[in-house]
Amino acid sequence: MSTQELVIPQPRQIQTEPRRSDKVFRGVVTGGGLSSLAILGLIAIFLGYRGFEVLRQEGIGFITHSDWSISTDDAGNVLDSHFGLAAMLVGTILCSLIAVVIAVPISVFSALFLNFYAPGWLKKFLITIIDMMAAFPSILFGIWGFLVLMPSVEYWAKLLHRYLGFIPIFDMQVPVYTRSPFIAGVVLAIMIIPIITSVSREIFSQAPLDRIQAAYALGATRWAMIKAVVIPHGRSGVVGGAMLGLGRAMGETVAVFTVLNIVFQVNWQMLLGAGGNVASLIILKFGEASPYEIKALMAAGLILFLLTLIVNAMANLIVKTTGKSGR
Amino acid sequence: MTMTPTPTKPWAASPKDRIIDGSIFIVSLLSSYLLVFLTPLKGKLAYFVCFFIAYAIFTTAFKGFQRGNAAAKDALVNSLVAIGAIVTVIPAASILLTVLQKGLPGISFGLFTHDMALATPTDPLSNGGLLHAITGTLTLMALALIMSVPIGILTALYLTEIKGRFTGPIRFLVQAMSGVPSIVAGLFILSAILYPITKAYSGFMGALALSILMIPTIARTSEEVLNLIPNELREAGTALGGTQWRTVAMIVLPAAKSGLVTAVILGVARIAGETAPILLLTGGGDRVNPNAFNGAIGSLPYYIWKSFNAGSPEAITRAWAGLLVLVGLVLLLFTTARFLGARKVSK
Repeated sequence: MSTQELVIPQPRQIQTEPRRSDKVFRGVVTGGGLSSLAILGLIAIFLGYRGFEVLRQEGIGFITHSDWSISTDDAGNVLDSHFGLAAMLVGTILCSLIAVVIAVPISVFSALFLNFYAPGWLKKFLITIIDMMAAFPSILFGIWGFLVLMPSVEYWAKLLHRYLGFIPIFDMQVPVYTRSPFIAGVVLAIMIIPIITSVSREIFSQAPLDRIQAAYALGATRWAMIKAVVIPHGRSGVVGGAMLGLGRAMGETVAVFTVLNIVFQVNWQMLLGAGGNVASLIILKFGEASPYEIKALMAAGLILFLLTLIVNAMANLIVKTTGKSGR
Repeated sequence: MTMTPTPTKPWAASPKDRIIDGSIFIVSLLSSYLLVFLTPLKGKLAYFVCFFIAYAIFTTAFKGFQRGNAAAKDALVNSLVAIGAIVTVIPAASILLTVLQKGLPGISFGLFTHDMALATPTDPLSNGGLLHAITGTLTLMALALIMSVPIGILTALYLTEIKGRFTGPIRFLVQAMSGVPSIVAGLFILSAILYPITKAYSGFMGALALSILMIPTIARTSEEVLNLIPNELREAGTALGGTQWRTVAMIVLPAAKSGLVTAVILGVARIAGETAPILLLTGGGDRVNPNAFNGAIGSLPYYIWKSFNAGSPEAITRAWAGLLVLVGLVLLLFTTARFLGARKVSK
């Protein structure tokens, strides 16, 4: 037996070295891609940096107190200041909740109509209208809401108060119906209906076709099919869409400012003509604000930014996980 | 001769069904009139509401009587769903009609040839115009485009072509960014650039804020478009020996061209009517200002806002005329985007 040197070939290292042009390309594209991170980070940093002084001075009171006053002497030195966002935060949440409560059923119904009831031509037409509505500028909704919608919404508000006044949220002591959170909520609802409708429509259209047909084959009516197949499939997607709408409603500025009477007092009565909204506060106070008050507005902007960021992030997570579970 | 059986459609509505449907319709119409007449409910909307409630109740009751519980529920949902769709569309129709109706009286030729340098919003309509606002809006749009198109498309390319380590987080951040309230974008530019560096209102500041709002729209739409480009094209490019850069620049981007244009136009439509950052950053001048980097610049939203707040009937008519021009611009952009988008699909 002659021993033979056994040569075991080593696997060769395969290396691909990208060309220089590709390295540059990848670098540039990655840089562009990371810009969203940079912008979001910079927004938080700068608003926090500018608002830090006020946030430190007011502490937790910035979000629990509701008075907003500043007094300066003739030289412009700040003598005394109280900045509290509580009324504005409550108002923001109240208005956007009203909007979501009104918008979600309407959007879900119209999404169902678009997917399962409308004939093809009507579907196309309605989708165009709804997409177009999503592209309308917010100032248009604001002025239309103020001049056209407000009188009739005031009338509904009076009806609600008269017939449903025993429910605490429809109750009010002083009969002032003009420029109430309810009106702002209705305007916001009209603004977010297109968003929620298109998200829901997308989710509903991913409902598994075989199950839809199976339901029909078993003799289900259209509603029975929707209840058994479409709604279980799309439920969390609708929740996500509603939260996207909530985020949009929270950050809305001009439309709310035109129709809402801003009062620095916490008010949960939705029909009473006194409310607040963080974004509108910034527009309202910006014109005549002293440098110190501007800092307070920056801090308010930071709070609003974080609030909408959280709501949007949750919404996107919900929509994304639903999209994946579409079996 | 054999008889060919005539095809029947048992599911189609028989004349009897049609008569019943029609009579339900008429009965609910009548009852809505009756309700409005008898109760303190007033106005067009009251008719609408009463009619729909009556219609829903009658069809539900009739179907329930005719075919049982399941059919009743189905009929109820039928009418609810139709109401949902109608309620969704009514505001859009109302907005368009109002803008046309109230804006047309304010539109004149002089509106497009004069600015407001020598006029105030409360002057008679023959004085002044919105030339400064139109040029200003176009300047802002152009500047915002220059800044946001490269970033938006690069972001989309990162998400579709490179698919690196950060793809998930960046997609998430872009979506989060599309939810940034416009006023926060305005405040950010105010705090980061206007106060510490330039200390003066200018169109450029406004355009910076607008591009923050525009980038996510462009990035998300472009990503969708680039995802539609078949992978075979990329593989073919690589197989021909192209580097990734050449493949993307010479094959992928040209193939996606019209979709990318759609994305850009949608982005412009998104920002055309943005008001809040404009109010904070541009200063809203009353004369035509071609220099976006120096001095206050007017724009359509600012003009509308100022006229609306001036409050007199002339000023309100000015605001509506401005809104009509703005809506016309947005709809023009929107229709162009849809046209291009539809053409891409049909190819």
